[in-house]
Amino acid sequence: MRLLGDFGVAEEIVQDTLLLALERWRRDGIPVRPGAWLTAAARWRAIDRLRRDASYRQKLALLEADPGPPRDSEPDDRLRLIFTCCHPSLSPEAQVALTLRAVCGFTTAEIAAAFLASEDAVAQRISRARRKIVEAGIPYRVPPEDEMAERLDQVLAVLYLVFNEGYLSSGAGAPTRRDLAEDAAWLAGLLARLLPAEPEALGLLALMNLHLARAASRFDAAGELVLLPDQDRSRWDRAAIGRAVGLIERAGAMRRPGPYQVQAAIAACHAEAPSWAKTDWPQILLLYDLLLRMAPSPVVRLNRAVALRSVAGPEAAMAEVEALAADLDGYPLFHATRAELLFDLGRREQSRSAELRAIALTANQAERSLLERRLGRDASRPT
Amino acid sequence: MKYVLLFCAEGEDIARFETLTPEQLADQHARVGAWFAAHQAKIRGGNQLAPPPSATTVRFNGGGEPLVTDGPFLEANEVIGGYVEIEVEDLDEALRMARTWPPRGTVEVRPILEMG
Repeated sequence: MRLLGDFGVAEEIVQDTLLLALERWRRDGIPVRPGAWLTAAARWRAIDRLRRDASYRQKLALLEADPGPPRDSEPDDRLRLIFTCCHPSLSPEAQVALTLRAVCGFTTAEIAAAFLASEDAVAQRISRARRKIVEAGIPYRVPPEDEMAERLDQVLAVLYLVFNEGYLSSGAGAPTRRDLAEDAAWLAGLLARLLPAEPEALGLLALMNLHLARAASRFDAAGELVLLPDQDRSRWDRAAIGRAVGLIERAGAMRRPGPYQVQAAIAACHAEAPSWAKTDWPQILLLYDLLLRMAPSPVVRLNRAVALRSVAGPEAAMAEVEALAADLDGYPLFHATRAELLFDLGRREQSRSAELRAIALTANQAERSLLERRLGRDASRPT
Repeated sequence: MKYVLLFCAEGEDIARFETLTPEQLADQHARVGAWFAAHQAKIRGGNQLAPPPSATTVRFNGGGEPLVTDGPFLEANEVIGGYVEIEVEDLDEALRMARTWPPRGTVEVRPILEMG
Protein backbone atom coordinates (compact mmCIF):
# COMPACT_ATOMS: atom_id res chain seq x y z
CA MET A 1 0.00 0.00 0.00
CA ARG A 2 3.05 2.20 0.42
CA LEU A 3 3.20 1.99 -3.34
CA LEU A 4 0.07 4.04 -3.69
CA GLY A 5 1.93 6.94 -2.21
CA ASP A 6 -1.40 8.68 -1.93
CA PHE A 7 -2.33 9.48 1.62
CA GLY A 8 -6.03 9.98 0.93
CA VAL A 9 -6.44 6.63 -0.78
CA ALA A 10 -4.38 4.80 1.84
CA GLU A 11 -6.37 6.40 4.63
CA GLU A 12 -9.68 5.34 3.12
CA ILE A 13 -8.50 1.81 2.53
CA VAL A 14 -7.28 1.40 6.10
CA GLN A 15 -10.66 2.59 7.33
CA ASP A 16 -12.58 0.40 4.89
CA THR A 17 -10.48 -2.56 5.92
CA LEU A 18 -11.05 -1.97 9.62
CA LEU A 19 -14.80 -1.83 9.03
CA LEU A 20 -14.67 -4.97 6.93
CA ALA A 21 -12.62 -6.66 9.65
CA LEU A 22 -15.14 -5.79 12.32
CA GLU A 23 -17.99 -7.21 10.23
CA ARG A 24 -16.16 -10.37 9.31
CA TRP A 25 -14.71 -11.02 12.75
CA ARG A 26 -18.13 -10.70 14.29
CA ARG A 27 -19.25 -13.46 11.94
CA ASP A 28 -16.16 -15.75 11.80
CA GLY A 29 -14.31 -14.93 15.00
CA ILE A 30 -11.00 -13.08 15.35
CA PRO A 31 -8.18 -14.58 13.26
CA VAL A 32 -4.99 -15.87 14.90
CA ARG A 33 -2.89 -12.97 13.67
CA PRO A 34 -5.30 -10.05 13.32
CA GLY A 35 -2.53 -7.61 12.40
CA ALA A 36 -1.36 -9.71 9.48
CA TRP A 37 -4.96 -10.27 8.41
CA LEU A 38 -5.59 -6.54 8.35
CA THR A 39 -2.51 -5.81 6.29
CA ALA A 40 -3.32 -8.60 3.86
CA ALA A 41 -6.92 -7.46 3.62
CA ALA A 42 -5.86 -3.86 3.12
CA ARG A 43 -3.55 -5.00 0.32
CA TRP A 44 -6.40 -6.79 -1.49
CA ARG A 45 -8.68 -3.87 -0.95
CA ALA A 46 -5.99 -1.66 -2.44
CA ILE A 47 -5.80 -3.90 -5.47
CA ASP A 48 -9.58 -3.82 -5.78
CA ARG A 49 -9.52 -0.12 -5.72
CA LEU A 50 -6.67 0.23 -8.15
CA ARG A 51 -8.51 -1.96 -10.63
CA ARG A 52 -11.28 0.58 -10.58
CA ASP A 53 -8.97 3.53 -10.91
CA ALA A 54 -7.34 3.91 -14.30
CA SER A 55 -4.82 6.48 -13.17
CA TYR A 56 -3.18 3.90 -10.92
CA ARG A 57 -2.93 1.09 -13.46
CA GLN A 58 0.83 1.19 -13.68
CA LYS A 59 1.23 1.00 -9.96
CA LEU A 60 -1.17 -1.90 -9.87
CA ALA A 61 1.38 -3.95 -11.78
CA LEU A 62 3.90 -3.23 -9.03
CA LEU A 63 1.48 -4.27 -6.31
CA GLU A 64 0.46 -7.49 -7.98
CA ALA A 65 4.05 -8.40 -8.74
CA ASP A 66 4.46 -9.05 -5.02
CA PRO A 67 1.26 -10.67 -3.78
CA GLY A 68 2.94 -12.70 -1.00
CA PRO A 69 1.67 -12.53 2.54
CA PRO A 70 2.93 -9.55 4.55
CA ARG A 71 6.02 -10.26 6.59
CA ASP A 72 6.09 -9.45 10.28
CA SER A 73 8.98 -7.08 9.68
CA GLU A 74 6.79 -4.96 7.42
CA PRO A 75 5.60 -1.93 9.31
CA ASP A 76 1.87 -1.76 9.89
CA ASP A 77 0.01 0.64 7.61
CA ARG A 78 -1.60 2.22 10.61
CA LEU A 79 1.87 3.12 11.87
CA ARG A 80 2.65 4.87 8.60
CA LEU A 81 -0.68 6.63 8.85
CA ILE A 82 0.03 7.85 12.41
CA PHE A 83 3.48 9.16 11.52
CA THR A 84 2.12 10.93 8.45
CA CYS A 85 -0.72 12.53 10.41
CA CYS A 86 1.76 13.71 13.06
CA HIS A 87 4.37 15.09 10.65
CA PRO A 88 6.04 18.19 12.14
CA SER A 89 5.31 20.17 8.97
CA LEU A 90 1.60 20.14 9.90
CA SER A 91 0.28 22.45 12.61
CA PRO A 92 -0.36 20.80 15.99
CA GLU A 93 -4.14 21.38 15.59
CA ALA A 94 -4.07 19.74 12.17
CA GLN A 95 -2.04 16.81 13.53
CA VAL A 96 -4.63 16.19 16.23
CA ALA A 97 -7.64 16.52 13.93
CA LEU A 98 -6.11 14.38 11.21
CA THR A 99 -5.05 11.64 13.63
CA LEU A 100 -8.54 11.44 15.11
CA ARG A 101 -10.11 11.43 11.66
CA ALA A 102 -7.78 9.10 9.80
CA VAL A 103 -6.58 6.73 12.50
CA CYS A 104 -9.43 6.69 15.05
CA GLY A 105 -12.22 7.17 12.52
CA PHE A 106 -13.82 10.13 14.31
CA THR A 107 -16.26 12.13 12.23
CA THR A 108 -15.62 15.83 11.70
CA ALA A 109 -18.59 16.54 13.95
CA GLU A 110 -17.14 14.41 16.75
CA ILE A 111 -13.78 16.18 16.52
CA ALA A 112 -15.51 19.55 16.52
CA ALA A 113 -17.49 18.59 19.65
CA ALA A 114 -14.39 17.28 21.38
CA PHE A 115 -12.36 20.44 20.83
CA LEU A 116 -15.20 22.93 21.07
CA ALA A 117 -14.59 24.08 17.54
CA SER A 118 -17.07 24.60 14.73
CA GLU A 119 -17.52 21.71 12.33
CA ASP A 120 -16.63 23.96 9.41
CA ALA A 121 -13.35 24.95 11.03
CA VAL A 122 -12.42 21.31 11.67
CA ALA A 123 -13.41 20.24 8.16
CA GLN A 124 -11.31 23.03 6.72
CA ARG A 125 -8.36 22.17 8.97
CA ILE A 126 -8.47 18.55 7.82
CA SER A 127 -8.84 19.32 4.14
CA ARG A 128 -5.97 21.83 4.28
CA ALA A 129 -3.78 19.28 6.02
CA ARG A 130 -4.61 16.63 3.44
CA ARG A 131 -3.80 19.04 0.66
CA LYS A 132 -0.50 19.92 2.30
CA ILE A 133 0.45 16.24 2.61
CA VAL A 134 0.08 15.88 -1.14
CA GLU A 135 1.44 19.26 -2.26
CA ALA A 136 4.42 19.43 0.08
CA GLY A 137 5.41 15.82 -0.56
CA ILE A 138 5.10 14.61 3.04
CA PRO A 139 6.17 10.95 2.81
CA TYR A 140 3.75 8.20 3.79
CA ARG A 141 6.11 6.05 5.83
CA VAL A 142 7.59 5.27 9.21
CA PRO A 143 10.64 7.51 9.77
CA PRO A 144 14.10 5.94 9.55
CA GLU A 145 16.02 4.96 12.69
CA ASP A 146 17.98 8.21 13.03
CA GLU A 147 14.82 10.34 12.99
CA MET A 148 12.63 7.99 14.99
CA ALA A 149 13.19 9.48 18.47
CA GLU A 150 12.23 12.99 17.40
CA ARG A 151 9.29 11.94 15.26
CA LEU A 152 7.99 9.59 17.93
CA ASP A 153 8.11 12.46 20.44
CA GLN A 154 5.79 14.37 18.14
CA VAL A 155 3.35 11.46 17.88
CA LEU A 156 3.35 10.89 21.65
CA ALA A 157 2.76 14.61 22.25
CA VAL A 158 -0.33 14.49 19.99
CA LEU A 159 -1.69 11.41 21.75
CA TYR A 160 -1.11 12.91 25.20
CA LEU A 161 -2.78 16.13 24.15
CA VAL A 162 -5.85 14.22 22.95
CA PHE A 163 -5.84 12.20 26.17
CA ASN A 164 -5.66 15.27 28.40
CA GLU A 165 -8.33 17.02 26.39
CA GLY A 166 -10.59 14.05 27.07
CA TYR A 167 -9.53 13.37 30.64
CA LEU A 168 -10.16 16.87 31.88
CA SER A 169 -11.41 19.19 29.22
CA SER A 170 -10.26 22.76 29.41
CA GLY A 171 -13.52 24.22 28.21
CA ALA A 172 -16.87 24.76 29.88
CA GLY A 173 -19.58 22.11 29.80
CA ALA A 174 -19.12 18.40 30.42
CA PRO A 175 -16.25 17.84 32.85
CA THR A 176 -14.79 14.76 31.17
CA ARG A 177 -15.04 13.23 27.76
CA ARG A 178 -13.98 9.70 28.48
CA ASP A 179 -14.25 8.59 24.87
CA LEU A 180 -11.45 10.89 23.80
CA ALA A 181 -9.22 9.74 26.66
CA GLU A 182 -9.93 6.09 25.97
CA ASP A 183 -9.36 6.52 22.26
CA ALA A 184 -6.01 8.16 22.99
CA ALA A 185 -5.10 5.27 25.31
CA TRP A 186 -6.17 2.79 22.63
CA LEU A 187 -3.90 4.56 20.13
CA ALA A 188 -1.03 4.61 22.62
CA GLY A 189 -1.57 0.86 23.09
CA LEU A 190 -1.48 0.33 19.35
CA LEU A 191 1.72 2.36 19.10
CA ALA A 192 3.33 0.43 21.96
CA ARG A 193 2.46 -2.87 20.24
CA LEU A 194 3.76 -1.71 16.88
CA LEU A 195 6.94 -0.19 18.34
CA PRO A 196 7.76 -2.61 21.17
CA ALA A 197 11.38 -1.41 21.40
CA GLU A 198 10.45 2.23 22.11
CA PRO A 199 10.35 2.73 25.90
CA GLU A 200 8.68 6.14 25.73
CA ALA A 201 5.70 4.67 23.86
CA LEU A 202 5.34 2.16 26.71
CA GLY A 203 5.79 4.99 29.21
CA LEU A 204 2.97 7.04 27.70
CA LEU A 205 0.67 4.01 27.60
CA ALA A 206 1.42 3.27 31.27
CA LEU A 207 0.83 6.92 32.18
CA MET A 208 -2.57 7.01 30.46
CA ASN A 209 -3.64 3.68 31.96
CA LEU A 210 -2.67 4.84 35.45
CA HIS A 211 -4.87 7.91 35.03
CA LEU A 212 -7.75 5.83 33.66
CA ALA A 213 -7.38 3.32 36.52
CA ARG A 214 -8.32 6.11 38.92
CA ALA A 215 -11.07 7.56 36.73
CA ALA A 216 -13.98 6.03 38.68
CA SER A 217 -12.97 7.85 41.88
CA ARG A 218 -12.49 11.25 40.30
CA PHE A 219 -16.15 12.16 40.65
CA ASP A 220 -18.42 11.62 43.64
CA ALA A 221 -22.06 10.50 43.56
CA ALA A 222 -23.17 14.09 43.01
CA GLY A 223 -20.88 14.38 39.99
CA GLU A 224 -18.43 16.67 41.79
CA LEU A 225 -14.70 16.47 41.08
CA VAL A 226 -12.66 14.75 43.82
CA LEU A 227 -8.92 15.46 44.01
CA LEU A 228 -6.27 12.81 44.61
CA PRO A 229 -5.90 13.29 48.42
CA ASP A 230 -9.64 12.72 48.94
CA GLN A 231 -10.28 9.95 46.40
CA ASP A 232 -11.74 6.61 47.52
CA ARG A 233 -8.74 4.40 46.73
CA SER A 234 -10.78 1.22 47.02
CA ARG A 235 -12.41 2.18 43.72
CA TRP A 236 -9.12 2.24 41.84
CA ASP A 237 -8.62 -0.50 39.28
CA ARG A 238 -5.82 -2.51 40.94
CA ALA A 239 -5.42 -4.92 38.03
CA ALA A 240 -4.95 -2.05 35.58
CA ILE A 241 -2.45 -0.40 37.94
CA GLY A 242 -0.49 -3.67 38.14
CA ARG A 243 -0.41 -3.95 34.33
CA ALA A 244 0.76 -0.33 34.00
CA VAL A 245 3.55 -0.89 36.53
CA GLY A 246 4.57 -3.93 34.47
CA LEU A 247 4.81 -1.67 31.39
CA ILE A 248 6.99 0.82 33.27
CA GLU A 249 9.32 -2.00 34.33
CA ARG A 250 9.52 -3.30 30.78
CA ALA A 251 10.35 0.20 29.54
CA GLY A 252 12.88 0.74 32.35
CA ALA A 253 14.73 -2.45 31.40
CA MET A 254 15.52 -0.83 28.01
CA ARG A 255 17.70 1.73 29.83
CA ARG A 256 16.52 4.71 27.79
CA PRO A 257 14.65 6.84 30.31
CA GLY A 258 12.43 9.68 29.09
CA PRO A 259 9.80 12.14 30.34
CA TYR A 260 6.80 9.84 29.81
CA GLN A 261 8.42 6.99 31.70
CA VAL A 262 9.24 9.33 34.59
CA GLN A 263 5.71 10.79 34.65
CA ALA A 264 4.34 7.26 34.61
CA ALA A 265 6.63 6.36 37.52
CA ILE A 266 5.29 9.35 39.48
CA ALA A 267 1.71 8.31 38.70
CA ALA A 268 2.59 4.75 39.79
CA CYS A 269 3.91 6.03 43.15
CA HIS A 270 0.53 7.66 43.71
CA ALA A 271 -1.41 4.66 42.44
CA GLU A 272 0.41 2.24 44.75
CA ALA A 273 0.25 4.44 47.85
CA PRO A 274 -2.28 3.36 50.51
CA SER A 275 -3.17 7.00 51.19
CA TRP A 276 -2.12 10.56 50.40
CA ALA A 277 -0.24 10.80 53.70
CA LYS A 278 1.51 7.45 53.26
CA THR A 279 2.67 8.30 49.73
CA ASP A 280 6.40 7.88 49.02
CA TRP A 281 7.01 11.64 48.71
CA PRO A 282 10.84 11.51 48.78
CA GLN A 283 10.71 9.13 45.80
CA ILE A 284 8.26 11.40 43.97
CA LEU A 285 10.49 14.40 44.65
CA LEU A 286 13.48 12.57 43.15
CA LEU A 287 11.42 11.68 40.08
CA TYR A 288 10.39 15.31 39.65
CA ASP A 289 14.06 16.35 39.87
CA LEU A 290 14.78 13.86 37.10
CA LEU A 291 11.83 15.09 35.04
CA LEU A 292 12.97 18.71 35.43
CA ARG A 293 16.35 17.79 34.00
CA MET A 294 14.73 16.04 31.00
CA ALA A 295 11.89 18.43 30.29
CA PRO A 296 12.12 21.62 32.35
CA SER A 297 8.88 23.58 32.58
CA PRO A 298 7.19 25.85 35.13
CA VAL A 299 4.26 23.41 35.45
CA VAL A 300 6.64 20.57 36.37
CA ARG A 301 8.27 22.86 38.95
CA LEU A 302 4.84 23.60 40.39
CA ASN A 303 4.07 19.88 40.71
CA ARG A 304 7.47 19.33 42.29
CA ALA A 305 6.63 22.02 44.85
CA VAL A 306 3.53 20.04 45.86
CA ALA A 307 5.75 17.02 46.57
CA LEU A 308 8.26 19.26 48.36
CA ARG A 309 5.48 20.42 50.69
CA SER A 310 5.09 16.84 51.98
CA VAL A 311 8.86 16.33 52.29
CA ALA A 312 10.13 19.69 53.56
CA GLY A 313 7.01 21.59 54.67
CA PRO A 314 4.89 24.43 53.27
CA GLU A 315 7.50 27.15 53.74
CA ALA A 316 10.04 25.50 51.44
CA ALA A 317 7.28 24.74 48.91
CA MET A 318 6.00 28.32 49.10
CA ALA A 319 9.44 29.72 48.20
CA GLU A 320 9.47 27.53 45.08
CA VAL A 321 5.93 28.48 44.11
CA GLU A 322 6.49 32.23 44.52
CA ALA A 323 9.42 31.99 42.11
CA LEU A 324 6.99 30.79 39.42
CA ALA A 325 4.62 33.78 39.68
CA ALA A 326 5.83 35.46 36.50
CA ASP A 327 5.53 32.27 34.41
CA LEU A 328 2.27 30.88 35.73
CA ASP A 329 0.14 33.88 36.63
CA GLY A 330 -2.53 32.82 34.10
CA TYR A 331 -2.57 29.16 35.21
CA PRO A 332 -5.39 28.39 37.66
CA LEU A 333 -3.58 25.51 39.41
CA PHE A 334 -0.73 27.89 40.30
CA HIS A 335 -3.15 30.00 42.32
CA ALA A 336 -4.93 26.95 43.75
CA THR A 337 -1.60 25.52 44.95
CA ARG A 338 -0.60 28.90 46.39
CA ALA A 339 -3.93 29.09 48.18
CA GLU A 340 -3.32 25.71 49.85
CA LEU A 341 0.18 26.65 50.94
CA LEU A 342 -0.88 30.07 52.23
CA PHE A 343 -3.62 28.33 54.21
CA ASP A 344 -1.05 25.93 55.73
CA LEU A 345 1.06 28.93 56.70
CA GLY A 346 -1.91 30.59 58.42
CA ARG A 347 -2.14 33.44 55.91
CA ARG A 348 -5.93 33.19 55.57
CA GLU A 349 -6.70 36.42 53.72
CA GLN A 350 -4.03 35.85 51.10
CA SER A 351 -5.14 32.25 50.74
CA ARG A 352 -8.67 33.38 50.04
CA SER A 353 -7.71 35.86 47.37
CA ALA A 354 -5.48 33.25 45.67
CA GLU A 355 -8.43 30.85 45.68
CA LEU A 356 -10.67 33.50 44.10
CA ARG A 357 -8.07 34.14 41.43
CA ALA A 358 -7.94 30.40 40.67
CA ILE A 359 -11.73 30.28 40.33
CA ALA A 360 -11.73 33.29 38.02
CA LEU A 361 -9.22 31.59 35.72
CA THR A 362 -10.91 28.17 35.61
CA ALA A 363 -13.15 27.46 32.64
CA ASN A 364 -13.91 23.81 33.49
CA GLN A 365 -17.15 23.55 35.45
CA ALA A 366 -16.10 20.60 37.65
CA GLU A 367 -12.86 22.33 38.66
CA ARG A 368 -14.67 25.58 39.39
CA SER A 369 -17.19 23.82 41.53
CA LEU A 370 -14.42 22.10 43.50
CA LEU A 371 -12.58 25.36 44.13
CA GLU A 372 -15.80 27.05 45.24
CA ARG A 373 -16.57 24.24 47.67
CA ARG A 374 -13.04 24.47 49.01
CA LEU A 375 -13.46 28.20 49.55
CA GLY A 376 -16.56 27.52 51.64
CA ARG A 377 -14.82 24.76 53.57
CA ASP A 378 -11.77 26.93 54.25
CA ALA A 379 -13.95 29.65 55.72
CA SER A 380 -15.37 27.22 58.26
CA ARG A 381 -12.28 25.12 58.87
CA PRO A 382 -10.24 25.90 62.02
CA THR A 383 -6.77 27.32 61.52
CA MET B 1 9.89 16.24 -5.99
CA LYS B 2 11.38 19.67 -6.57
CA TYR B 3 11.66 22.24 -3.83
CA VAL B 4 13.21 25.65 -3.35
CA LEU B 5 15.12 26.29 -0.15
CA LEU B 6 14.84 29.99 0.64
CA PHE B 7 17.66 31.12 2.92
CA CYS B 8 16.21 33.82 5.14
CA ALA B 9 17.18 35.76 8.21
CA GLU B 10 15.31 37.97 10.60
CA GLY B 11 16.02 40.18 13.61
CA GLU B 12 19.00 38.98 15.62
CA ASP B 13 20.22 36.72 12.83
CA ILE B 14 20.53 39.66 10.46
CA ALA B 15 22.63 41.48 13.06
CA ARG B 16 24.72 38.36 13.57
CA PHE B 17 25.39 37.98 9.83
CA GLU B 18 26.29 41.67 9.53
CA THR B 19 28.84 41.60 12.33
CA LEU B 20 30.80 38.50 11.29
CA THR B 21 34.59 39.04 11.38
CA PRO B 22 36.50 38.32 8.15
CA GLU B 23 37.72 35.06 9.70
CA GLN B 24 34.19 33.99 10.66
CA LEU B 25 32.97 34.94 7.21
CA ALA B 26 35.71 32.86 5.56
CA ASP B 27 34.86 29.94 7.84
CA GLN B 28 31.16 30.24 6.96
CA HIS B 29 31.97 30.34 3.24
CA ALA B 30 34.01 27.19 3.62
CA ARG B 31 31.19 25.38 5.42
CA VAL B 32 28.62 26.55 2.86
CA GLY B 33 30.96 25.28 0.14
CA ALA B 34 31.15 21.90 1.87
CA TRP B 35 27.34 21.82 2.15
CA PHE B 36 26.97 22.44 -1.59
CA ALA B 37 29.56 19.76 -2.33
CA ALA B 38 27.81 17.23 -0.07
CA HIS B 39 24.44 17.83 -1.74
CA GLN B 40 25.69 18.39 -5.27
CA ALA B 41 23.66 15.52 -6.71
CA LYS B 42 20.40 17.05 -5.47
CA ILE B 43 20.98 20.70 -6.32
CA ARG B 44 19.52 21.94 -9.60
CA GLY B 45 20.46 25.56 -9.29
CA GLY B 46 20.47 28.56 -7.01
CA ASN B 47 22.00 31.92 -6.26
CA GLN B 48 23.06 34.25 -3.53
CA LEU B 49 21.15 37.52 -3.77
CA ALA B 50 22.56 41.03 -3.46
CA PRO B 51 21.60 42.77 -0.19
CA PRO B 52 17.98 44.00 0.17
CA PRO B 53 18.76 47.74 -0.22
CA SER B 54 19.60 46.94 -3.85
CA ALA B 55 16.03 45.76 -4.43
CA THR B 56 13.41 47.69 -6.38
CA THR B 57 9.76 46.68 -6.08
CA VAL B 58 7.04 47.04 -8.67
CA ARG B 59 3.53 47.00 -7.19
CA PHE B 60 0.26 46.79 -9.08
CA ASN B 61 -1.86 48.16 -6.31
CA GLY B 62 -5.47 47.10 -6.69
CA GLY B 63 -4.76 45.94 -10.23
CA GLY B 64 -3.88 49.50 -11.24
CA GLU B 65 -0.82 51.01 -12.85
CA PRO B 66 2.59 49.60 -11.84
CA LEU B 67 4.16 51.64 -9.05
CA VAL B 68 7.95 51.46 -8.76
CA THR B 69 9.43 51.90 -5.28
CA ASP B 70 12.83 51.60 -3.68
CA GLY B 71 13.52 48.59 -1.44
CA PRO B 72 12.45 44.95 -1.01
CA PHE B 73 8.95 43.44 -0.77
CA LEU B 74 9.59 42.00 2.71
CA GLU B 75 9.66 44.10 5.88
CA ALA B 76 13.05 45.53 6.86
CA ASN B 77 13.55 42.95 9.64
CA GLU B 78 13.18 39.99 7.24
CA VAL B 79 15.66 39.19 4.52
CA ILE B 80 15.95 36.54 1.81
CA GLY B 81 19.65 36.07 1.20
CA GLY B 82 19.57 33.39 -1.46
CA TYR B 83 17.95 30.19 -2.68
CA VAL B 84 18.65 26.79 -4.16
CA GLU B 85 16.41 24.56 -6.20
CA ILE B 86 16.67 20.90 -5.26
CA GLU B 87 15.24 17.65 -6.54
CA VAL B 88 14.75 15.02 -3.83
CA GLU B 89 12.53 12.07 -2.93
CA ASP B 90 10.15 13.85 -0.54
CA LEU B 91 9.75 16.56 2.08
CA ASP B 92 11.76 14.65 4.69
CA GLU B 93 14.80 14.63 2.44
CA ALA B 94 14.39 18.35 1.73
CA LEU B 95 14.09 19.00 5.49
CA ARG B 96 17.26 17.01 6.17
CA MET B 97 19.13 19.33 3.79
CA ALA B 98 17.60 22.45 5.30
CA ARG B 99 18.50 21.36 8.82
CA THR B 100 22.19 21.16 7.99
CA TRP B 101 22.40 24.61 6.32
CA PRO B 102 25.61 25.97 7.93
CA PRO B 103 24.81 29.70 8.40
CA ARG B 104 21.58 28.74 10.24
CA GLY B 105 19.13 31.65 10.36
CA THR B 106 15.83 30.52 8.80
CA VAL B 107 15.23 28.22 5.85
CA GLU B 108 11.84 28.07 4.14
CA VAL B 109 11.22 24.84 2.24
CA ARG B 110 8.68 25.36 -0.55
CA PRO B 111 7.60 22.79 -3.12
CA ILE B 112 7.76 23.80 -6.75
CA LEU B 113 4.41 23.41 -8.44
CA GLU B 114 4.73 20.85 -11.22
CA MET B 115 2.69 21.85 -14.23
CA GLY B 116 0.79 19.31 -16.27
